[in-house]
Amino acid sequence: MTQEQAQILRPETLIEEFKKNGVTHIITIPDSETNYLYELMVNEPSLDIIPVSREGESMSTALGLNIAGKVPVCLIQNTGMLESGDSIRGMALNAGFPLVMVVGYRGWTRHGVTPDTAATYTEPFLHAFGINYYLVEQDEDGDRISAAFAEARETRRPVVVLVGDEYHGFNR
Amino acid sequence: MIEAVDVFNAFQDHRGDAIVTTTGRAGRHWKNISTNPNRDVALGGAMGHTASATFGLAVGLPDEKVVLFDAEGSLLMNLGVLATISGKKPKNFYHILLDNESYATTGGQPVPNAEEINYAGMAREAGYASTHEFNDLEDFVTNIGSILDETGPVFVSVKIFAEVENAPIALRVREPARSRDETIRDLRAELGISE
Repeated sequence: MTQEQAQILRPETLIEEFKKNGVTHIITIPDSETNYLYELMVNEPSLDIIPVSREGESMSTALGLNIAGKVPVCLIQNTGMLESGDSIRGMALNAGFPLVMVVGYRGWTRHGVTPDTAATYTEPFLHAFGINYYLVEQDEDGDRISAAFAEARETRRPVVVLVGDEYHGFNR
Repeated sequence: MIEAVDVFNAFQDHRGDAIVTTTGRAGRHWKNISTNPNRDVALGGAMGHTASATFGLAVGLPDEKVVLFDAEGSLLMNLGVLATISGKKPKNFYHILLDNESYATTGGQPVPNAEEINYAGMAREAGYASTHEFNDLEDFVTNIGSILDETGPVFVSVKIFAEVENAPIALRVREPARSRDETIRDLRAELGISE
């Protein structure tokens, strides 16, 4: 594996982590950076994809699925997470169930300087809600996804996986 | 216009084993009418999102009939859910909208375009399998049984009288009711679903 390949977060890695953790449903709004991941998910028989119209729907839909004994994941972008504040409060945090939210970190840069306010407010938003998160940038970070699932199950709270891999890998 | 309590009484005759959720001011009547509270589940908690949570429940329990009594103020806050539900097409989902044309819990202010908006038309064009509109109790009573035998997702819009509550929230008398967590626990026990 070349140095360049090692730094890519392959979409297959997320699918493998979903399967490892018994995920049954992916509630999502596709975004322009995750086309390839979307295609993989649609073709994965163990996953049922639920496209929603607005990100706030994803947490409440996840609550209903959780009650039914399913294991949902919300797959959204950070802009949509910011929009979803009341749903995160009332349907995820207050409901007290394990929920992993995989959030595309639009505007993320490794050097920390970004002109994109979507990135500027992402981590302060999570701090304000008291939601823990794991940053995933490349394949070797994959075990952090399982760590997020384990923490969500143990604490019965939402835990976020921030995907800081916006511009390669998922859209090859 | 129909009294909300009459809508619930008519529905009760045809409920069978359906799982039922409610939202909005009118929905509070249901707990006094339901004869199967273990299959009544409270899924409120965020503005406009009872519909999404009930949709998730229906997708997760495809062999159970799931009925939502929604409110138009709630639906307007999450209107995209009509497309979401239509896209997934849960055959077991029955979406009954109780439309009192107002925010009854906040003093009765009208919702936007209260008298002209057509929710059943929105649901129909979004792609629900079937839609119905009622403004007369006898008509509703005659048809609700066969509607509940249709293949979902089904949307039913019912014009009801507003029961306006205007006291400050801290001064309102609340009837005892199970919490959301308690209803979820009871429903899971009823269905044999472990956490």
